[in-house]
Amino acid sequence: MPSINLPGKNDGGHDSRFFTTQKKGEMHELKMELHSTDRNTKVDAVKKVIASMTVGKDVSSLFTDVLNCVQTGNIELKKLVYLYLINYSKSQPELALLAVNTFVKDASDPNPLIRALAVRTMGCIRVEKITEYLCDPLSRALRDEDPYVRKTAAVCVAKLYDLAPALVQERGFLEILHDLISDSNPSVVANGVAALSEIAETSGKDVMKISASVLQKLLAALNECTEWGQVFILDSLAKYAPADAREAEGIIERVTPRLQHANSAVVMSAVKVILSYMELMGSANTDTIRNLTRKLAPPLVTLLNSEPEIQYVALRNINLIVQKRPSILENEIRVFFCKYNDPIYVKMEKLEIIIKLVSEKNIDQVLLELKEYATEVDVDFVRKSVSAIGRCAVKLERAAERCIGVLLELIQTKVNYVVQESVIVIKDIFRRYPNRYESIIATLCDNLDTLDEPQAKASMIWIIGEYAERIDNADELLDNFLETFEEEDPSVQLQLLTATVKCFLKNPEDTQDMVQRVLDLATEESDNPDLRDRGFIYWRLLSTDPEAAKLVVLGDKPVIEDDTFKLEPNLLNTLIGQIATLSSIYHKPPEAFVVRASGRGVMHLGVGGDDMGEDDEEDYEDDEGIEQEDPVDLLDMGGMGINDNGAGDDLFGSSTPQAEQAVRFVKVCSEEKSGGIDVLAAYHQVNGNVLMELEFQNKSCSVPVSNLAIQLNKNAFGLSPVNQQIICNPPVQVGSSGTATVQLVANRSMLAPVQPGPASPQVQVAIKNMATSQVFYFAANFNIDAMFSSGGQMDRNAFIETWKNIDDGKEIYSTVSDLPSTDIDGIQAKFELYNIFFIARRQGMDGQEVVYFSMKTMTGMDFLAELTFKAGVNACKICLKTENTSYGHLVKNAIENLLRF
Amino acid sequence: MISMILVLNHKGDVMISRQYRDDVSRAAADSFRLQVIAAKETGTQAPVKRIENCSFLYTRHLNMYFVAITRANVNPALVFEYLFQKITILKAYLGEEFDDNSIRNNMTLIYELMDETMDYGYPQNCAVDVLRLYINLGNIRQQDEPDASELTSQITGAIDWRREGIRHKRNEVYIDVLESINLLMSSQGDILRMEVTAQVQMNTKLTGMPECKFGLNDKLVIEKEASSNRKPGVEIDDCTFHRCVRLGKFDADRTITFIPPDGEFELMRYRVTDNINLPFKIIPAVREMQDQNRVSINLKAISTYNTRLFATHVVIKIPVPKNTAKTKIKTSFGRAKYEPEQSAIIWRIKKFPGKAECMIGADIDLMPTTRNKAWVRPPINVDFQVPMFTSSGVNVRFLRVYDKSGYNTNRWVRYITKAGGYQIRI
Repeated sequence: MPSINLPGKNDGGHDSRFFTTQKKGEMHELKMELHSTDRNTKVDAVKKVIASMTVGKDVSSLFTDVLNCVQTGNIELKKLVYLYLINYSKSQPELALLAVNTFVKDASDPNPLIRALAVRTMGCIRVEKITEYLCDPLSRALRDEDPYVRKTAAVCVAKLYDLAPALVQERGFLEILHDLISDSNPSVVANGVAALSEIAETSGKDVMKISASVLQKLLAALNECTEWGQVFILDSLAKYAPADAREAEGIIERVTPRLQHANSAVVMSAVKVILSYMELMGSANTDTIRNLTRKLAPPLVTLLNSEPEIQYVALRNINLIVQKRPSILENEIRVFFCKYNDPIYVKMEKLEIIIKLVSEKNIDQVLLELKEYATEVDVDFVRKSVSAIGRCAVKLERAAERCIGVLLELIQTKVNYVVQESVIVIKDIFRRYPNRYESIIATLCDNLDTLDEPQAKASMIWIIGEYAERIDNADELLDNFLETFEEEDPSVQLQLLTATVKCFLKNPEDTQDMVQRVLDLATEESDNPDLRDRGFIYWRLLSTDPEAAKLVVLGDKPVIEDDTFKLEPNLLNTLIGQIATLSSIYHKPPEAFVVRASGRGVMHLGVGGDDMGEDDEEDYEDDEGIEQEDPVDLLDMGGMGINDNGAGDDLFGSSTPQAEQAVRFVKVCSEEKSGGIDVLAAYHQVNGNVLMELEFQNKSCSVPVSNLAIQLNKNAFGLSPVNQQIICNPPVQVGSSGTATVQLVANRSMLAPVQPGPASPQVQVAIKNMATSQVFYFAANFNIDAMFSSGGQMDRNAFIETWKNIDDGKEIYSTVSDLPSTDIDGIQAKFELYNIFFIARRQGMDGQEVVYFSMKTMTGMDFLAELTFKAGVNACKICLKTENTSYGHLVKNAIENLLRF
Repeated sequence: MISMILVLNHKGDVMISRQYRDDVSRAAADSFRLQVIAAKETGTQAPVKRIENCSFLYTRHLNMYFVAITRANVNPALVFEYLFQKITILKAYLGEEFDDNSIRNNMTLIYELMDETMDYGYPQNCAVDVLRLYINLGNIRQQDEPDASELTSQITGAIDWRREGIRHKRNEVYIDVLESINLLMSSQGDILRMEVTAQVQMNTKLTGMPECKFGLNDKLVIEKEASSNRKPGVEIDDCTFHRCVRLGKFDADRTITFIPPDGEFELMRYRVTDNINLPFKIIPAVREMQDQNRVSINLKAISTYNTRLFATHVVIKIPVPKNTAKTKIKTSFGRAKYEPEQSAIIWRIKKFPGKAECMIGADIDLMPTTRNKAWVRPPINVDFQVPMFTSSGVNVRFLRVYDKSGYNTNRWVRYITKAGGYQIRI
């Protein structure tokens, strides 16, 4: 990329030249440059390394060379080397130790900027062994005369705690940190508070301990420190429980000025403190509370003039606030009216709040607004607006008629989705106000043809069944729907079944045949268990006791109310304490989504994957159930209540595709062989390292599994562990399980002697349990894709050359069908994660798409693949070419597996 | 706290990636590219997204994405404010319109800024003036020791926005009061929403560490001052201040006191909703003649401000249906043109005098369409600037500057009212 001179203020940077693609031998060249005596060459070389790192190339092999450059007086170079260290020290823990000396030296440099830089970087080197060396410099830094060093050291304690909590306690760092709250410098106080709060949160211990004197210090620092510091302090104040109402009032008084801060984060955190304390003040102080309520409204409204992102955060929080204390914003409904050019996500949130604030005072104005929105362009927004009109009707009895009027007007527009949405909400209005507005049924019946969505159809059918006696041709209408019974969505089928039965109970003479037919369809033709069960229940009811059937089917239904998206009180209280956190965005308690990467018991060997523990959140998906309305109504309205209408912000989308290499564990050793431990293994690659993930399930080994040694037999890939020791931390007790990561490297000396024929994927493993001295053996098949190197991208011409040169006899063919997706872009993206690189794509004959990929193992074997897709056919033809024929089938299997998952 | 900050280009290629914690891996960039950028979610879906236990908070600058990734229960407003400030800092260093190229070209500088403005995911000092002192296009000024410690006390001090020892030959302060008026009017002419949001911009060129006191005709202040023959003040709904302003003092007695940063900064913002003087009255009449495939629009714009004043850059955007074939436009003043790419008639008036009335009439012929879909009738949008006019009635009463050396300060005040969202539904 050519470097471009920028106009204006900047004329210095030309770093883009460092991004030029690396050619062969580039690494070697870089190495030379890093050792150059010329300072500029050296700096440039390090910049190139950083550039490669940024775009995701693996430059960890240059570790020692880069590290050599750290001995310099040039801060710029030092910073770059430190940046490199932070990135790669974890994968090169042994080498990282070499940097320790430099840190220790820099930590006592006369220049405070360098001292701080050393302390800051040291903490980011995530290698346990380095921690002991870190303590002395850190201890000095915490007492440094320079505030800049102290504030950096304060954060460093939090970093160290994450890595070695015991060490932090042993060295008394927590106490020193606590002392820093009384520091004379506000930035130091702020970072001290941040570090302590974090440690308190991760450890679950009350290390923050706000005493009366600490409280005064915090309140004093609040006036002086940076905006971020104010946020840290306010957030920790929110967690503090004042002794009595008077203290609460006193703190609130000191906090309210923050509502005027230009930084919205400060404002939101101040709001949180005030709201949390208002809870504690109880009802005794009505005057104070009224006063505070008045003070809170203007800053909240002002937040809506910020950037859309901030507006979104504010709106999600306001949603909670209006549920808890509706009085704060009861007169401000107009500020939530949507502007034409608001982003959709802002409009959607505003709409939610409008519904929460709607009252008989403002309903006319709101209806005019909603009607206006219903003519806009965005379909989702329009539907939500229509649905909102219905929700207003359900909420405000005296306005219901006006709402229905607006809905009827909207139905006249004949816009397909408007009509369907209207029908869905009118059903809810009918449920809320039975036997009051049936006069509009005629209008609805005129629009039957428009309905093509299951929910709208089901709603309409419910209405027909419920009011069968008022609709002259109810049986005819149902009969029309019945014609396509088998093609309908299950929800529509269920409604059809119920509606027909209702119709029959009300008018048995004319509908005998029909009900028979629908019962047959439901019980005999359908393979949907819900439908069959309901069919049988009706059948039995009708055949044994029609009067009982009437009681059950035509019985009074419980009254519904608009509690869509309304939070259950306990949850709401929790969330009010979580204002200005992600919790308030997701409307879920923090436990529901904070899944810490640590606490998995993975020791810090190699780089731990991030993709475990995913199951944790699935459980919470069910919590949506708290929003469910009337559970009584099983037979009738099952699952199509008003709350299904919401667009359902799918923040937790359950089917998120993997963006990392998936890890598939296979059981490789059972407890009989290993003295009571089941072992599961998987291979994958993270940051260019081949990792073997092991899971130990301690079934019956009375000694907790903690210290193991691993060895591999010679194998077809030359794999061996970098470190033979495996430590499970915490030890795996009987009945629990723990994981460990073993980093593997490939070298020639570990290669098994070449056998004729296909290579075996088998890797034979021996593990010794140091506690019991028992050794057990097993074989864990290796998947070769874990050792595809990131440097496997071939030049197009080289690819064509190689392709031609490989003898046709060395081709391997296979076909994979039933793929989850034949989206080539998706496959290409997925393959890239596994270092299978896209070369070219071309259109073949008869709608064929041919895609070429190249890959190279870390041991230098090249593989070329041609994948052929055909439009409309869910299958893929693989053709693989390689000189290393004995490994070809392994690569073929790997590609097949990747395509399948 | 924040685990990683990414800067991606519009295709999702990583331009800058800074990891602050190791609980998020590089593959996060791929998740974001696949699930947000490729899914074309930006702009319609919420700017907070959860993918595989990580929360992604993002914003855009031109076609670049600034993404913060975290696993913790962070303060989202803090994260966004940090990202915005990050962008402000980059603008200051690389120019207002910095793009992917300038990011690439200044990679090392940006990494340095990343390192300095955030530690372990906690934002640190982001004041551009202070950062400039020791981060300078990748070239650190070689400091001798006393300089460095002075610098650090500057970075961490209570007044981290101003350095000591500033000298100016002439001591001057420029104050700009910029009011934006937001109006939403229904097609019946009812005002649905009306408010003024304003910024007070200052440009200070002052010597030393001056103590400033600033006063507006705030109703609450004026009522307190006994002199009753004054004009009543303006009721200010809410205001927010630059962090140099002592908020405690303001909360106690509504006086605005501060030691200003050197150069340009935004002192405060305020919001007013009562007694607003609308500078323009717009009266539209739009008739759709379905059967004839025609629309006729008549619109009257009346200026209400003093005859000595005038508005500039008045642009009235009148939406027309997408299938417009031909327009016939007549105006009494200014120039109007149908601009198909905007689906609107744009009426421009360079200079609109006070107490004046202008008219525009347009007959629009439509192309017949196969689908009989109704026109969504977007609102009319009005843009203008009225110098030396505040629609809220706010004015600056005083700015007092105290410094030890006791110099005199020259002060200049300007007012401008412009249109924020000035929309009239039709």
